[in-house]
Amino acid sequence: MKAPPFDYHRPASLDEALGLLAGQPDARILAGGQSLVPMLNMRLAAPATLIDINRVDGLDRIEEGADRVTLGAMVRQRALEASPVVRRRLPLLAEAVAQIGHPVTRNRGTVGGSLCHLDPAAEIPAAALALDARLVAASARGTRRLAMEEFALGMMTTGLEPDEMLVAVELAAWPEGHGAGFAEFARRPGDFAMASAAALVALDGAGRVDAVRLVLGAVAATPLRVTEAEAMLMGRTPDTTLIAEAAALAGPCVTLEDPQAPLWYRARLATAMAKRALTAAVGRADRKRVAA
Amino acid sequence: MTGDPRAISMTVNGREVTLTVEPRVSLADALRQDLGLTGTHVGCEHGVCGSCTVLVDGTAVRSCLLFAVQAEGTAVETVEGLARGSALHPLQEAFRRHHALQCGFCTPGVLMTLVELLRADPCPTEAAVRDALSGNLCRCTGYQPIVAAALDAATVLAAEAAP
Repeated sequence: MKAPPFDYHRPASLDEALGLLAGQPDARILAGGQSLVPMLNMRLAAPATLIDINRVDGLDRIEEGADRVTLGAMVRQRALEASPVVRRRLPLLAEAVAQIGHPVTRNRGTVGGSLCHLDPAAEIPAAALALDARLVAASARGTRRLAMEEFALGMMTTGLEPDEMLVAVELAAWPEGHGAGFAEFARRPGDFAMASAAALVALDGAGRVDAVRLVLGAVAATPLRVTEAEAMLMGRTPDTTLIAEAAALAGPCVTLEDPQAPLWYRARLATAMAKRALTAAVGRADRKRVAA
Repeated sequence: MTGDPRAISMTVNGREVTLTVEPRVSLADALRQDLGLTGTHVGCEHGVCGSCTVLVDGTAVRSCLLFAVQAEGTAVETVEGLARGSALHPLQEAFRRHHALQCGFCTPGVLMTLVELLRADPCPTEAAVRDALSGNLCRCTGYQPIVAAALDAATVLAAEAAP
C-alpha cells in the first residue's frame, strides 16, 4: 500500500499556501496526515497536489480570550492535552482529545485536520459543536467565519470552498465552575468510537441547570445536538432520574449503522454515553456563588 | 515537476544523509530502501500497528504516515541508533532479560515508543507505560513482559542518570 504520485508543495507562509490552493484545482492540504495519508496509502484518495502546511508559521497558537479560546489549525492534539489553557478553559476538549487514537498518532494529528476530515466518529468535531465553534476559513479572497452547522455539511464533507483553508477555530469558553463530560464507547481504547457524547452543564445557586449542551458523535453523518434533552434539563435539578430521562432522548437520534453496531445497538450505546457524559458534567459543576 | 524525485538531507542517528526520493515515498520506505536501515519495520502502512515508529526531532511518529520529504532538515532516530557501540541500550537489555519479544516484528516500534516515553517521564507508572503502548500491536507476548521490561529499564536508566 503506497501513496499514488502527487505534486508536493511546502509553503512557508499562509499567503503562499493560499496562493497555491487558489491555483490548484485538485489539491489537498496535508496537516498531521494521520487520516489523509492512510487514505492515500489505501488509494481512497488521489489528489493531484498536496500542500504541506506543517512549516507554515503561526498556525499552531493557542490564544486565550475573555469568552473564547482560539486554536490554530495546526495545534497538535498532543499539545492540546498538555495545554494549561485548554485544561482550565476547555475541559471538555481536554477530555475528548485524550480519547483520540494513541499518543503517537496524537503527536502528529491536529485540531484543523480532525475538523476538516470530519469523520463521523471523531472527537474534536463533536466537542467543537458543543463549544459553539466558529471556524475561520481563509482564501486568497479573504477570511470568513462559519458556525459548526454551516461547516459540517455531511459525512466527511465540509462547507469550505475548494480554495479555502481552515486556519483556526474559536471555541466558547464556558464560565468557571461549569462541568464537562466526554464519554465514548469503542471495542478497544483508541479505536473509532461506536457512539460518543459530549456534555456541558452550568448550575445556578440553587443547583438547577442554568445552561446545558448535549452533543452526540458517531451516531449520524455529522455530530448532533440533542436539543430536546437540553430543553428537558433546563431550569431543573439534574438528579439521576432526570439525567436518565434526558439521556433516553439520545437513542432515537441515531441514524448510522454498520455490521459492528446495528441501529438498535448503537441507540442503546448513545443513550448510555449521553448518561455518562451528563452525569460527569453535573458532578463536576459547581453551584454558582450566590451574590451577597 | 514537483512530483519528481528530489534530493533531501536529514540527520539519521546522528549521521548527515542526502537521498533522492519521490514525494510519495514514506519515511519508513526511505529508511529501509534508500538507507538500508531495515530495523524499522513496515506492518499495516496505515498507522494502526505502530511497527514503523521512529523519532523525528525527538517526537515519536508513524514513519508510514510521514513522507520522507517532510522529514527534510530534521533529526531522525531509529532502532539502529539505540545500541551504544556493541553494548545494547538499557531498554534492549531489559527486553532480553524479560523475554519481551518473540517474533520481534513489533519490537523496533515498541522500543522507539518507549524511548520517547522514558525521556519525557523517567519514572512512569505501569498505567503510563500501557497507555504509551496502546498504539503498538504485539501478537506474541501478551504485553506483560514488555511492560515489565519498560519499568525495569526505567529503573536502570534512572540509576545511570543519578550523580
